[in-house]
Amino acid sequence: MSSLLSLITGVLIAAGVYLMLERHILRILFGFVLISNGVNLAILTCGRLSKKGLPIVPPGAVMPDTPYANPLSQALILTAIVIGFGVLIFCLVLAYKACQVRESADVNLMDLSEREER
Amino acid sequence: MNWLLVLPVIIPLGGALFLYMLRKRTAIVTAVSWTTAGFGLTVGVMLMSLVIKQGPQAVSLGSWPAPYGIVFAADLFSAAMVLITWIIGLGIVIYSAADLKLKPSFANYQVLIQFLLVGVNGAFLTADLFNLYVWFEVMLIASFSLMMLDAGSIRIHGGVKYVFLNLISTLTLLLAIGLLYGATGMLNFAELHHKTANLSPGLIHILAGLFLFSFSVKSALFPLYAWLPASYHTLPSSVAALFAALLTKVGIYAVIRMFTLVFPFEGTGWQTVLIAVSGLTMLTGVLGAASQFTIKRILSFHIISQVGYIIIGIALYTRLAIAGSILYLIHHIIVKANLFLIGGFLNRKFGSDQLSKMGGVYRSFPFLAVLFMIPAFSLAGFPPLSGFWSKFAVIRASIETGHYWLAATALIVSVLTIYSMLKIWNEAFWKPDPADPVLTQVRPLSSREACLYLIPIATFALMTIIIGLAAEPFFRFADQAAMQLLEPADYIQAVLGEK
Repeated sequence: MSSLLSLITGVLIAAGVYLMLERHILRILFGFVLISNGVNLAILTCGRLSKKGLPIVPPGAVMPDTPYANPLSQALILTAIVIGFGVLIFCLVLAYKACQVRESADVNLMDLSEREER
Repeated sequence: MNWLLVLPVIIPLGGALFLYMLRKRTAIVTAVSWTTAGFGLTVGVMLMSLVIKQGPQAVSLGSWPAPYGIVFAADLFSAAMVLITWIIGLGIVIYSAADLKLKPSFANYQVLIQFLLVGVNGAFLTADLFNLYVWFEVMLIASFSLMMLDAGSIRIHGGVKYVFLNLISTLTLLLAIGLLYGATGMLNFAELHHKTANLSPGLIHILAGLFLFSFSVKSALFPLYAWLPASYHTLPSSVAALFAALLTKVGIYAVIRMFTLVFPFEGTGWQTVLIAVSGLTMLTGVLGAASQFTIKRILSFHIISQVGYIIIGIALYTRLAIAGSILYLIHHIIVKANLFLIGGFLNRKFGSDQLSKMGGVYRSFPFLAVLFMIPAFSLAGFPPLSGFWSKFAVIRASIETGHYWLAATALIVSVLTIYSMLKIWNEAFWKPDPADPVLTQVRPLSSREACLYLIPIATFALMTIIIGLAAEPFFRFADQAAMQLLEPADYIQAVLGEK
């Protein structure tokens, strides 16, 4: 299971990088979404996977008696998803604004801040 | 629970919320933001004196014991960074009362400046890796919003580069944290210090590489600095000064903290790369500055070249080098903020940022000319100003470790720095004022405004001189801080409790 998830992580990040190399600003954003999901999946896989074991310690024991998935990495992902979602909304508005300036979604044309001024 | 460690984060957070509620009343907004920054500075000074007297301090939030809960910790380096952040914060808040006064969203600028300070202070104080990521995000989102307030088309285009490149670095950081957690099961810096010693060298090499990449984007190292010169010059002067002083430095702080405490840098296999990168960062930054003709662009490129000097310290990884880095960091934050503030004042005076439209300041305003000379010469490293001593330390460290070409590059870059400072001097201060009275319709400067502009500028210039003339206590402090970083036993004990 974890090797399958690792493979999916790799595919997601590869596809994200490919999309980020495009010139259309929305594709770059979609690339960002794919990579961020890939990263979240990687963290999930790092925290071990288990089908049924719960991370609850029985009375008197020091560890849960069945193999369990690490709940902390899932909490980390939750934080990362929330942050990623907020940033994505910001980026969508920014992309929309940036497209309006020169009526084009090509990032190569978004160069007004790098023109020479004398 | 020691409140002093948490207050540098809570004060600006409370201030920001308060400011947001009062945003309709401009007079109160100014008063509240000044008070907040004043409290912050007081707490910064108290924290500093506590850490100097009693060594590294730590506090577990919510009484979850380390290494499982989130811990805030301060050693000399953290405390110094928090203190300098608040010095800059107070200066910028005072300056912005004049500089941003007429912007439609003046109050929102003040709110977001406080939020930015929340993120910066949080990043300096946390002893938890994932928490560091969260503070980075707080800082980034505040800076994204500051960049987009009242943005015209040029700033939006600059913002696209800033936002997207920083997002890539953030995602890499998140990935690296996830993998490190998978490998060690820990996120606490002090506990990671023990755990990473058992990892295989190959794994350390890869993880350290991911962290280094991510922090390099944030601290604008060669070749990952493209976002900085594309965006900083589009910002209003006070915001540009704040970004220039603090944002890249948080990246450098993270590099230094990460590669002394979590992965001692010598064992990561990236030393040769980082030494080369520091030389190239210095050189490309200063060459970029030499080709520009507006003050903010010149200064933006100079941030990059100065970051190169600071990175030399961690790349060489000796006590002298790291002490030099810390001193350089403190000196650079003050000087760079001051130069941006002076640039902003000139911009306000001439209604333009272009050197060709300025002139005659030496004649019309000799006081400002003196104030400009102090940080400009300090940036280039003239004795006895602060830049000389910090440059002296890093260059001496590179000669001691046998990196002669690195020392040579650092010296050549100093010469090129003085070249672009002289360019600003010749154009803005020395040549006659080219102003055409019919064409230039700049609102005259009231004396209250001029005061608000000049108080922070004069204070920072004075601090530059003080660090330069009384270099020994400052250097001894940096040396102590470097020793705490290289032998982190006290920090680890403070974080993990008795061992």
